[in-house]
Amino acid sequence: MAAKEALLAALDDGWADPGRLYREGRRASLLLDQARERVAGVLRCRADEVAFTTSGTQAVHLAVLGAVLARQSASRGPGHVVVSAVEHSSVLNAAAQAEQAGSEVTIAAVGTDGRVDVAGFTDAVRRDRTVLACLQSANHEVGTIQPVEDVSAECQAHRVPLLVDAAASAGRAPLPTGWSMLAASGHKWGGPPGVGVMVIRKTVRWRAPMPAGSREGHRVPGFPNLPAIISAVVALEAFEAARDEADIALRALTGQIRDRIQALVPDCVVHGERAWALPHIVSFSCLYVDGEALVIELDKAGFSVSSGSACATDTQQPSHVLAAMGAITHGNVRVSLPRDTSEETVTKFLEVLPQIASRLRGSAGQSRMAG
Amino acid sequence: MPVNSAQPPAGQPGTAPAPSLCIDALGRKCPVPIIMLAERIGEVAVGQVVQVLADDPAAKTDVPAWCGLKSHDYVGSAELAGEAGWAFLVRRGY
Repeated sequence: MAAKEALLAALDDGWADPGRLYREGRRASLLLDQARERVAGVLRCRADEVAFTTSGTQAVHLAVLGAVLARQSASRGPGHVVVSAVEHSSVLNAAAQAEQAGSEVTIAAVGTDGRVDVAGFTDAVRRDRTVLACLQSANHEVGTIQPVEDVSAECQAHRVPLLVDAAASAGRAPLPTGWSMLAASGHKWGGPPGVGVMVIRKTVRWRAPMPAGSREGHRVPGFPNLPAIISAVVALEAFEAARDEADIALRALTGQIRDRIQALVPDCVVHGERAWALPHIVSFSCLYVDGEALVIELDKAGFSVSSGSACATDTQQPSHVLAAMGAITHGNVRVSLPRDTSEETVTKFLEVLPQIASRLRGSAGQSRMAG
Repeated sequence: MPVNSAQPPAGQPGTAPAPSLCIDALGRKCPVPIIMLAERIGEVAVGQVVQVLADDPAAKTDVPAWCGLKSHDYVGSAELAGEAGWAFLVRRGY
């Protein structure tokens, strides 16, 4: 709510172009600087290291491609990039583009719990001419928190910049230390869409991979959406301020789902380990159930969930995250709880889901199946 | 992109055991190939091998994952010659 009020107020007060010298422009410039200071306060970095982008995806694309470009050798071409197999598609897509342009890319495997294999990741980092390593703070689909601090020392020792995509966890869990670049997305912490944050530490070599003009310290092209930025900053501070309290409440609710779902729905698998999970995300797969039908039926019952099942995606490909974990991809549901979720809502969900799963299994004609 | 795989590589088609049953799930979307496998694996004796033909991309992940969950032995997969899809081999575990 505070974010919405801030957005409406900023539409009146911060509509102007912060790059202009007239009064409203100077006012906008001041508001933008304040927003930058406040984000830096939450992320514990310098304000001049923060650039606002139009999305978390844009922040990742610029960070990845700019780091690769800055360390490209005139004689030997682009270097080697390491990413985990469960990164957000924005990271994998940017790495794929770097690969097309001549970079070598290593995709580090994860275990069945979704955590990156630290030895595999750091072995790859140690390879000659590694110019960038990318590891998310936590996974966006299954909620698994990654061992960022276990790889960051190795990255530092080998002078390899570490990009942490913190979109899934910023405002929800303490940020790891030891990163060189960070990306985040305002809508993930209750801000409006269209705001991303890219942080590049002063010590990191980075060069704008596209024409950037004078905006955002020559790092991001285009007129920044100041009202949305201000609103996102207010939302981030509100999220951070209430984090500990929300963490306890949300863990209790996702814990109920984790504890009870396997008894309520036969042949249901919960993904990832509770010990490494974000408070608000739980992902599970119901065997022999069509994931798309499950999402549609849950929507009819008033529950908005997403799915990593192939049939529930535009591309008809299963979730690369579940595939990398060696997990069942069909019948998948990802529950991401908003902060105001009540216990009644979770109780109702656990009532409705077994009925829907049972009905869909019946309609798939496999009631004869044993265990 | 090379993958540092923590998982064992799929079985070699050259040394694959002969299947006792072939399930044709070509053209069927997830979860149907897995449902067909679960329904019919009981038709072969313990230790015998079932072949599943499928072209849904989810099967590539879900056949081995299902074997792991249900304690059957995932033998491996081979791409089909001349058409899209794979032949998966599963040995009944119990």
